[in-house]
Amino acid sequence: MLTSKTFLKKTKRGNILKIVREHYLRDDIWCGSTLCSKCTMKEKDVVLGKDIECASTLFQFPHYLVLDTNVVLHQIDVLEEDVLRNVIVPQIVLEEVKHRSSAVYRRLKDIISNPVRKFYVFVNEHHKDTYVERKPGELVNDRNDRAIRVATTWYGSHLAPSQPKAKNKHVSIVLLTDDSANLEKAKAEGLLASSVHDYVSSLKDAPGLFDKLSQQDTNFGGKSKEPLFPLHLSPKEIQEGIKSGKLHHGTFLASRENFLEGSVNVEGFEKFILVQGHAGLNRAVDGDTVALELLPESEWAAPSDIVLEDTEEDPGDTLDDETKMEKEKLKAKKIERQPTGRIVGIIRRKWRQYCGILQPSQDTNSTRHLFVPAERKISKIRIETRQAELLKSQRIIVAIDSWPRTSRYPLGHFVRALGNIGDKATENEVLLLEHDVPHSKFSEQVLSFLPKLPWVITEQDLEKRVDLRNITVCSVDPPGCTDIDDALHCRDLENGNYEVGVHIADVSHFIRPGNALDKEAALRATTVYLVDKRIDMVPELLSSNLCSLRGNEERFAFSCVWEITKDAKIVNTKFHKSVICSKAALTYGEAQARIDDKSQNDDIAKSLRGLNSLAKILKRRRIENGALVLASPEIRFHVDSETHDPIEVVAKKMLETNSMVEEFMLLANISVAEKILAEFPDCAMLRRHPTPPSTNFEPLVKAGNLQGFEINVESGKQLADSLDKAVKEDNPYFNTMLRIMATRCMMQAVYFASGMLQKDEFFHYGLACPIYTHFTSPIRRYADIIVHRLLAACIGADSTYPDLLDKRKSHGLCHNLNYRNRMAQYAGRASVNLHTHLFFRNRVQDEEGYVLYVRKNALQVLIPKYGLEGTLFLSPPKGKVAKVNFTYNEDEQSQSYGSVKFRVFDPVTVQLSLDRSNVQHEKLMLHLVKPEIPDFSVPSQTVKQAEEPMEVDEVKESVAPPSKRQRKSK
Amino acid sequence: MDCHAAMRGRGGGFSYSHAAVIGSRCGQPVGCRRAAASTAMELLSDQGLRLDGRRPDELRNIRCKIGVFSQADGSAYIEQGNTKVLATVYGPHQPRGQAKNKFLFDEALVNCQYSMAVFSTGERKRRPRGDRKSQEMSIHLRQALEAAIRTELYPRSQIDIYVEVLQADGGNYCACVNAATLALVDAGVGLREYAVACSASLANGEIPLVDVSHLEESTGGPNLTVAALPISGQVALMEMSQRFHCDHLPKVLERALEGCKDIHRILDEAVRKHVEETGRASGWGQVDRAGIVL
Repeated sequence: MLTSKTFLKKTKRGNILKIVREHYLRDDIWCGSTLCSKCTMKEKDVVLGKDIECASTLFQFPHYLVLDTNVVLHQIDVLEEDVLRNVIVPQIVLEEVKHRSSAVYRRLKDIISNPVRKFYVFVNEHHKDTYVERKPGELVNDRNDRAIRVATTWYGSHLAPSQPKAKNKHVSIVLLTDDSANLEKAKAEGLLASSVHDYVSSLKDAPGLFDKLSQQDTNFGGKSKEPLFPLHLSPKEIQEGIKSGKLHHGTFLASRENFLEGSVNVEGFEKFILVQGHAGLNRAVDGDTVALELLPESEWAAPSDIVLEDTEEDPGDTLDDETKMEKEKLKAKKIERQPTGRIVGIIRRKWRQYCGILQPSQDTNSTRHLFVPAERKISKIRIETRQAELLKSQRIIVAIDSWPRTSRYPLGHFVRALGNIGDKATENEVLLLEHDVPHSKFSEQVLSFLPKLPWVITEQDLEKRVDLRNITVCSVDPPGCTDIDDALHCRDLENGNYEVGVHIADVSHFIRPGNALDKEAALRATTVYLVDKRIDMVPELLSSNLCSLRGNEERFAFSCVWEITKDAKIVNTKFHKSVICSKAALTYGEAQARIDDKSQNDDIAKSLRGLNSLAKILKRRRIENGALVLASPEIRFHVDSETHDPIEVVAKKMLETNSMVEEFMLLANISVAEKILAEFPDCAMLRRHPTPPSTNFEPLVKAGNLQGFEINVESGKQLADSLDKAVKEDNPYFNTMLRIMATRCMMQAVYFASGMLQKDEFFHYGLACPIYTHFTSPIRRYADIIVHRLLAACIGADSTYPDLLDKRKSHGLCHNLNYRNRMAQYAGRASVNLHTHLFFRNRVQDEEGYVLYVRKNALQVLIPKYGLEGTLFLSPPKGKVAKVNFTYNEDEQSQSYGSVKFRVFDPVTVQLSLDRSNVQHEKLMLHLVKPEIPDFSVPSQTVKQAEEPMEVDEVKESVAPPSKRQRKSK
Repeated sequence: MDCHAAMRGRGGGFSYSHAAVIGSRCGQPVGCRRAAASTAMELLSDQGLRLDGRRPDELRNIRCKIGVFSQADGSAYIEQGNTKVLATVYGPHQPRGQAKNKFLFDEALVNCQYSMAVFSTGERKRRPRGDRKSQEMSIHLRQALEAAIRTELYPRSQIDIYVEVLQADGGNYCACVNAATLALVDAGVGLREYAVACSASLANGEIPLVDVSHLEESTGGPNLTVAALPISGQVALMEMSQRFHCDHLPKVLERALEGCKDIHRILDEAVRKHVEETGRASGWGQVDRAGIVL
């Protein structure tokens, strides 16, 4: 087994250190080919096939491909295509790829693990015949290239004896490399070799593959051109510069409005450092980590207020729009100037794949096209495609490959098309991709861990669980909810107390730690609710069937049962796994009706009434404690049952039952949090909501003061009290608006592992409780699954596993959960936005609204009916002369013109319509209807008249996600 | 601080039970030698090979030589991969030095000393012996060797065992125990059976690795060292560098014990060969025409 040959390997680390490592060479590494008659490998190790179609005109005989590292790194999109099969990946390539880019490495591993693709990893580094030692003076790269060539040669000679001699049957080995030196040497050694570009273009039946070729420094236009950008510094120079303090490093953030401006967030500087102009930005793309040189103070500039969009046409590789900026710069006043710098090098690229559309080009025959990303912060990308005609009406995905000095735009390649622009499916796909929501179908491997149907409860299951099937349990959810994860019961005890139970779907029974299903759920972290679609965290069989606590079906539950006195004091708490049979799955409305209808006196109605009375006390007590009641406008779309287009928008109603369910979920969560923290002080997964810094509240306090109310923000309790007092008789919506403003001042609530923070940091500000977690929605949140497992371990119902008790692993998991949650929230909002736009496509409507903020040149208007916030511009768009000039009063926060004065919270009537002039960014327009201002306001919609449109900013944060999540994710 | 749980089996010995060393499911944080390194390096590739090209169940190359010094009563040199250890045994002899007044009436006193050469690691070591770590190692060595030596045969006497690590590359303790065993054999000290030690670790959270090298020690997770009497399957000493989850412990322990058995086979062969060679002059191990061992 062991070839007793020991090699020495020397590596160097920071300070020079000689490291001697053993390196075993083996004689039991197989070639993985079906053809081979020498290797004695196992069935599962045979990867490479026998009958190979040869579609290449370059090599008109069957062949295996051997990849070079640069091919994998740059052309991973090509490799992901199904066309290339029977590929040998030398181990050294795999290692180099891992070293250079973990993202590409992951993708390569995915390909390798797909048996259809027939990718075989040949461990050349430990094979006794293919190991090469570095020669004195040889560069590591050259040595690795040589190793790849040696492996290629070995394959050729290894497979030759076991094959027929005839050329068209004999499988040859072809090396693919983009390194010209390696290519030359390979050819000189008599190997078959080719560059990827040549190979792909020689493939007969794969025209789409050509578009996916990455553009590495291939000179568009042929002749070498004058460089447009300054050279980037080398990593060594950057490192030295940063060490000596001459350079700074930070994250580059591009500006939304002006493509020639951005800022760099440098640690140690209070303000962001401004960068301007092509040379200043020097090919940085939003998100990159860059090295930055600060300019002398005399050259500092102010951010320009002009909105600069990249010109529509492809101007070629010239940089000319800078003159506009230059003029602007001189005008800037001294005071407004801020630290300015220029980017001298890129430390780490943060390129991803971008969604967008092709820019229409006049020359349709050309293969070179410009791609316009949907994200305005990303520059246009030049790609090469032969399918422009087909793609121009579609949304496509493009990846950036490089940005040479000679090119005005980064070079990229086409990855895939999503569908037609404007289709709801396409737009949904875009918003899922842009928010990084994993939404592909569950893989076979994941599905293999689902329970087999028909699923029955066995005797053994019953033995381990408390049988609660005879108890009157019911669930209360929003209408149309299929993933019911909580149910409640309440009954009188003999001693006059209540027994209240919260029963949560026992998802952790079905999802066992560490298997593919669990990993997938951990990755997805949460179910994402879009207006017309739900992206499940766990496969539907679990989410809508086996876990869902449906009416009159026996289901497994994790129960939290309290004995509670009539005045809502908890006497004791029990946790156990159970079997329940929900007697009814009610909606909020139905539950409310049962409570209100005095003639109903069955168990369910009585149970609900008991719960309701307790909930009221609990709520009152919570609010007395200083819990905040916040508001965000929530809406519901009535959707056409066939086209799924929205036909009506209504604001959501809150019923007593909503808050009833909420109270008991909070109670359960808090009880569980206390229990798991006591048992696992180190690794309990909890949720905290940090106290916002007082500066966050400034706009709220100011708005309150102007209306004559003092908002005290010293503590949550005082804030809650002052919000309660701020009521205006003549403006019933005033209080709600204040609460909406207060919501915007808050921080994000986050998950964390208890071992990572001090105990006083566990506090949940919004709920005003010292400790909190998520236990009640395991079907749609992964955090709850972890909490279930912890709780199960506490009560001895389940065993622990190593990762559960590792606080660092938990910490990493929390990080992902928080990220996915945030993204899911944004995706939900974006979806509401999309539907609002769809809704307004064919209509113009007048609506009542309120002024939420007064800005220098605009009013921020909230329209409660649609839960929508838009900007009503008071100054005309660029190039137009204003007929009406408003006067802005900063102290009073008002805008006035003649007798009309707009102040915060004033009611207005506005006309809503959709501006579709820009295909990528449809915008909602607001026009003023009332109060009427001649030459500015528009008449009521009955008389349609084209006025100068006023832009609405993209609706940010205005619309809350669907209420189910809102309710529970506090 | 090192956290470890050591168990000791002497004489009749006792079979291991892992419940004793794991601690409760949860408790206060236990200091660990280092923060669990976020493993960028995979200890085991998808092709089933370790970083140095071994498979999970393969030992490093073992080479050993018995009787390297003539001054000492017994001596041995062992190489396990790049870990190289020299062991010498003096005794049994009359108690000397500090132990003079502490000798035992019914059994021999086993005195162990562990040290590392200044040149044994990549960077020169300041204090080669006498530091805390060496002292701890010495104690552990004694625990393992006392379990193997038939101390009751040598009352009122002392056996000195000195081990010196010449080159350290992981599994130092194991190599020391193995070298000491060979030296004891060379010295002719009565043994119950060989004391053999082997380490094991866990790759990718599921696959146990045997005979852990320094690279794997420093990048990997927890590490288990076992000194065993492989024929009877008794565990003389067990040490963990970090806490193991109880799901993992049995399989890692089993892998380590298998390693011990493999090493035992190699050592035993080496001893037989050595005896054959040294005894050849007097005709040991030679077979006459009738097939009878002379």
